[in-house]
Amino acid sequence: MSLRSPLARVLGLGAAGDGSSHWWSQRISAVALTLLSLWFVISLAGLELSSEPAVSAWLATPLNTVLTVLLVSTLAYHSWLGVQVVVEDYVRGWMKIASLVTIQFLHFLLAALAVLAVLRVALGV
Amino acid sequence: MAAGNRPLSPHLQVYRPQITSVLSILHRISGAFLTLGIIALTYWFTSLAAGPAAYAIATQRLGSWPGKLLLFGWLLAFCYHLLNGLRHLVWDTGRGFEIEQVERSGWVVLISSAVLALLLSIALFASVSS
Repeated sequence: MSLRSPLARVLGLGAAGDGSSHWWSQRISAVALTLLSLWFVISLAGLELSSEPAVSAWLATPLNTVLTVLLVSTLAYHSWLGVQVVVEDYVRGWMKIASLVTIQFLHFLLAALAVLAVLRVALGV
Repeated sequence: MAAGNRPLSPHLQVYRPQITSVLSILHRISGAFLTLGIIALTYWFTSLAAGPAAYAIATQRLGSWPGKLLLFGWLLAFCYHLLNGLRHLVWDTGRGFEIEQVERSGWVVLISSAVLALLLSIALFASVSS
């Protein structure tokens, strides 16, 4: 006899209440990063990285701006999901909660900083 | 007996390291290390936005010997995490779980990530110094 209600079984959200959404988000962001990061690294290899005008001009084209904003935000998101799992595995008690909140704040901060920097270069402000 | 004092059964250290377990923990370690790489990447973009003087300092720092060593480490971690991540995505479709397949794909990932990291670092460091 199962003690789970028919509703719980249909919703499929399990004990933690969020089902497989964390797992899915990690995979989908991984697929996105496969494409975005390879594009980024190959693009960088074609640039003269020591030249600020060359790098800025490359970043300021609309397609490169959009893809780089997507890259840095997806990187922060995927990294957040990954470090979250590491903390959940190794940290206990109130330290776990504190670490999870700190990690979330830091990743959102990094994403905001990087997106702002890219947009400033793109818009020339 | 206090909860913290109980005898523990032996953990991972009683096992001989195997390609499967070593690559598994390397995926986590490379991922955590790449998180630090995001900080460096954000610093690099921020310096680019701050103007030529700040960018020159940033390139100088990243182009120094410790900087280059770190960059190579991140490149290596990136290639490994990327290729082993693809290996994980294949597993997620339910394929490649036979032990010979797992060991073979492990070696393929290990060797190809080293080769890819070497090629990328040659290309990237060439574009820094030119």
